[in-house]
Amino acid sequence: MTEPDLADIWVYLSASPLLGLTMTLVAYLLAFQLYQRGGGSPLLNPVLTAVVMIILVLLASGIPYPDYFDGAQFVHFLLGPATVALAVPLYQQLSRLRQLWLPVSIAIVSGVIFAAGSSVALAWALGATTQTQLSLAPKSATAPVAMGISETIGGLPSLTAVLVVVTGIVGAVLGTRLFDLFRIRDDSVRGIAMGVAAHGIGTARAFQVSKTMGAFSGLAMALSAFATALIVPWLVDLIGL
Amino acid sequence: MFLNGITWLLVFQLIGEVTVRLLGWPVPGPVLGMLLLFVSLVLMRRVPATLDTASTGLLGHLSLLFVPAGVGVMVHADRLLAEWLPVVAVLLVTTLLTMLVTAGIMVLATRWLAPDYHGGGESHD
Repeated sequence: MTEPDLADIWVYLSASPLLGLTMTLVAYLLAFQLYQRGGGSPLLNPVLTAVVMIILVLLASGIPYPDYFDGAQFVHFLLGPATVALAVPLYQQLSRLRQLWLPVSIAIVSGVIFAAGSSVALAWALGATTQTQLSLAPKSATAPVAMGISETIGGLPSLTAVLVVVTGIVGAVLGTRLFDLFRIRDDSVRGIAMGVAAHGIGTARAFQVSKTMGAFSGLAMALSAFATALIVPWLVDLIGL
Repeated sequence: MFLNGITWLLVFQLIGEVTVRLLGWPVPGPVLGMLLLFVSLVLMRRVPATLDTASTGLLGHLSLLFVPAGVGVMVHADRLLAEWLPVVAVLLVTTLLTMLVTAGIMVLATRWLAPDYHGGGESHD
């Protein structure tokens, strides 16, 4: 038997989904520990830290993103079942929802129109290309929804995915401070605003604050996904992009 | 059992995906799956323990699921560097403004349309 060559092992690993998958989980666990050690400071958002760590490793080792994604797609896939799972906390808030369905619907529809309209308008005013404007339009919707819409309206789905994640991080990191600053204390209001603007990453943050805020954020994320899918293509048509 | 719960989630996702494709709806399959599951829970009037376990497990680390898409930022580095000003401005300004506008409308609409509602409690963050 010959000595196993390290280079051969590396060739095997970099072509196998095992590396990308393991890297994703290890980076996230490290990022999550850092987040907990930091007393849950939203600045140490685990998505942000994990993404930075993985990019550094990929750049240093020369592994291209598609090879990494071959492994990471198994984690990415779980976004689907996780979206379905939001029905459970939503059901647990049924009694609150019965009282609030009308204000909730009004807030979500206005929020969705404002999110898409203001994104396109500001991007246009600051000189972004049309393709970037279109990729930004669905940025507040959850990743699979936003990517689908981006494709429909002529944006770049993979760029939209990135913009969606950054939007979620911005909302998760700054959202609770913003609410405190403007004395918005009701967890159902905070949850709705978080879910409309910052989808699943905001919802993950909301669950860390309270179960009520998480459930309302999950509800807003789900309903605004619906609203975005129906409103944004029509809105883009209206502006004439 | 965890496996039972996760199977139910996948079944509802599958029903959602197939339905939106058959009917040509612009809504993503998992979102329809979530609404169908929600309606089923309302009809059943309870959450089966296995489903509760699976969904708590998945939602407990929801952040993890966004990591692979986030790493994709490296693919778009050139475009993002070329258009950094509009992109950064839009991501920061409109995300925070959207939160304030949504919260403001929600507060006003609640006062106007559901005056009996007394709030969802204060958080202790």
